[in-house]
Amino acid sequence: MSIVVDIVLFTLLGATGFALLKVRNLFAVVMLAGIYSLLSAGLFTVMDAVDVAFTEAAVGAGISTVLFLGALALAGHHEHRPGHTPLLPLVVVVVTGGALVYGTMDMPGFGHPENPVHHHVADHYLEESYDEIGIPNVVTSVLASYRGYDTMGETTVVFAAAVGVMLLLSGARRARSRASPAEGGESAGGPERPRNDSAAGAGKGDE
Amino acid sequence: MREEIIVRVGAKFLAPFIIMFALYVHFHGDYSPGGGFQAGVILAAAFALLALVYGLEAVQRVLPLWFTRMCAALGVLIFAGVGVVTMLLGHNYLGYNALAADPTHPEHGQHYGILLVELGVLVTVFGVMVTVFYHFAGRGRRDP
Amino acid sequence: MRLDLFVSHYNYWVVIFLMMVGFYILISRGNLIKKIVGLNVFQTAVFMLYISMGKITGGTPPILVNPKGAGEGHNGAEAGPNGAEAGLGGTEALQEPAAEVVYSNPLPHVLILTAIVVGIATTSLGLALAVRIKEAYGTMEEDEINRIEAETEAAE
Repeated sequence: MSIVVDIVLFTLLGATGFALLKVRNLFAVVMLAGIYSLLSAGLFTVMDAVDVAFTEAAVGAGISTVLFLGALALAGHHEHRPGHTPLLPLVVVVVTGGALVYGTMDMPGFGHPENPVHHHVADHYLEESYDEIGIPNVVTSVLASYRGYDTMGETTVVFAAAVGVMLLLSGARRARSRASPAEGGESAGGPERPRNDSAAGAGKGDE
Repeated sequence: MREEIIVRVGAKFLAPFIIMFALYVHFHGDYSPGGGFQAGVILAAAFALLALVYGLEAVQRVLPLWFTRMCAALGVLIFAGVGVVTMLLGHNYLGYNALAADPTHPEHGQHYGILLVELGVLVTVFGVMVTVFYHFAGRGRRDP
Repeated sequence: MRLDLFVSHYNYWVVIFLMMVGFYILISRGNLIKKIVGLNVFQTAVFMLYISMGKITGGTPPILVNPKGAGEGHNGAEAGPNGAEAGLGGTEALQEPAAEVVYSNPLPHVLILTAIVVGIATTSLGLALAVRIKEAYGTMEEDEINRIEAETEAAE
C-alpha cells in the first residue's frame, strides 16, 4: 500500500519538476517550488523520515518561499527566453542521467532490510541508544549526541551564511559605477557599514 | 495586506499558536519528531507571517534586528559552550555524561546536554532565519 | 522490463530525473533566481535519494515504540501515534509492542535534517548575491551581465 503512495507521489514530483523547467514567470516558479517541497515532505513521511518531513515542510514550503518572494520583489520576476540553443546542456544532462541510471542497476532494491546501509552504525544506534542516551527519538539522540560535532558544524555554517547575507544586503543600494574594483574593495573591507546601517534600523524600531 | 481584516485577524489569532507549537516541537523533541532545527524555523515563520501582514516596522518593534542578530551568534555560543563546560568537568568535548549529577546514571547528563545543545540550535536557527528575512524584506525601504 | 525491478528502483530513477531537471535548469537558464531554484531541485533530489536508501519496507519511524524500562511508560504512549503513520507494518507492530518492531535507518534522517537547514541558509546567501547583482547591473540575466562587462572593458 505504502509503495503505491510512494510511486504516486514520486510521479507527481516528477511532473512538478518538469513544470518548473517550463514555466517562465518566476512567481509561478517559486510557487511550484513550494509545491515541490510540500510533495517531498509527504514522501519523507511515507519513507518514515518524520523529522525530515517536518523540517522540509517548515523550511521548503514556508521560509524558503517567503525568501524567494522577497528576492523577487527586489529583483523583478520576468525570465528572459534563453538566447542560445539548449542542445549542449541537453546532451550533457542526458549523458549524465544515463550514466547514473546505469549505476542504479547495481544498487540494492528499495526497502530491503538486508541492504548494506542498514548494517554498520545504524544497528548500534537502534539497539543501544536508549541505554546510552535515554531518549526514545533515535534521530534526536544521534543528531545531538552521537554526532554532536557534526551538528555544531552545521549550526556554525548556518550562522556564517547569515553573516554573509548581512554583509551583502546591509549596505546602501547603489548602481554599478565605473570604478567597480573600488566598490568590491569597499564592501569587502567595510565591516562598519552594515553595523551602522542596522543600528540605525534598530533605533528606528525602538521609536 | 494591511487593509484586509480577515488576514489581519487571522494572522493575529494564529501567531501565538504557531509560537506555542514551535516550543512544543522543541521541548518534546526527545519523544516525538522535532527538535531545535524545526522549532527554530517554525518560530521564525510566525514572525515572518506577522511581518507580511502588519508590516516590517510593527514586528521590528517587538523583535528588533539587533536582538535576532544576537540570537544567531548566541546559539552557536551556547552549543560550543556546552562542549567547553563538559571539557572543564573532565570529559571529552561535548561528552554530555559529565553533566549528570549522579555518576551512576550518565544518561541523565545526556538528557541535559541534548536539551542545552538543542536550545543552542533553536536560538541560532531562529535568529538566522529572522535576520535573513528582515534583510530581504527591509532592503527596498531604507532607501533615500 | 521486469515489474519488481521497476518497483524496487522507481525511487532512484525519479530521483535521477529530478536531479537532471535541476542540473538542466542550472546550466541552460540564464536567470540567476531560476538557477537557484534549479539548485534547490537538485538538492531536494539528493535528500530523497538518501531517505530512500534508509527506508525499510514495513518499518516504522525510528522513534522507539517501547523502550526498555517500565518506569517511563509514557514514552511508549508518546511514540505510538507517530508509529501509526507508518502504514501497514507500523500498525501491525504496534499491536505487539514487545515483539520485533522494524525501524527505518535513522542515520540518513539525521544527515538530511541538518542538510535541509544548511540548504536554506546557503540558498538565502545565493539570493542575496543575486539581489546585489541585480542592483549593480540592472539585470539578472547572465548573458546581459556578460555583455555589460564586455562593454565596460572595451570602454576602459
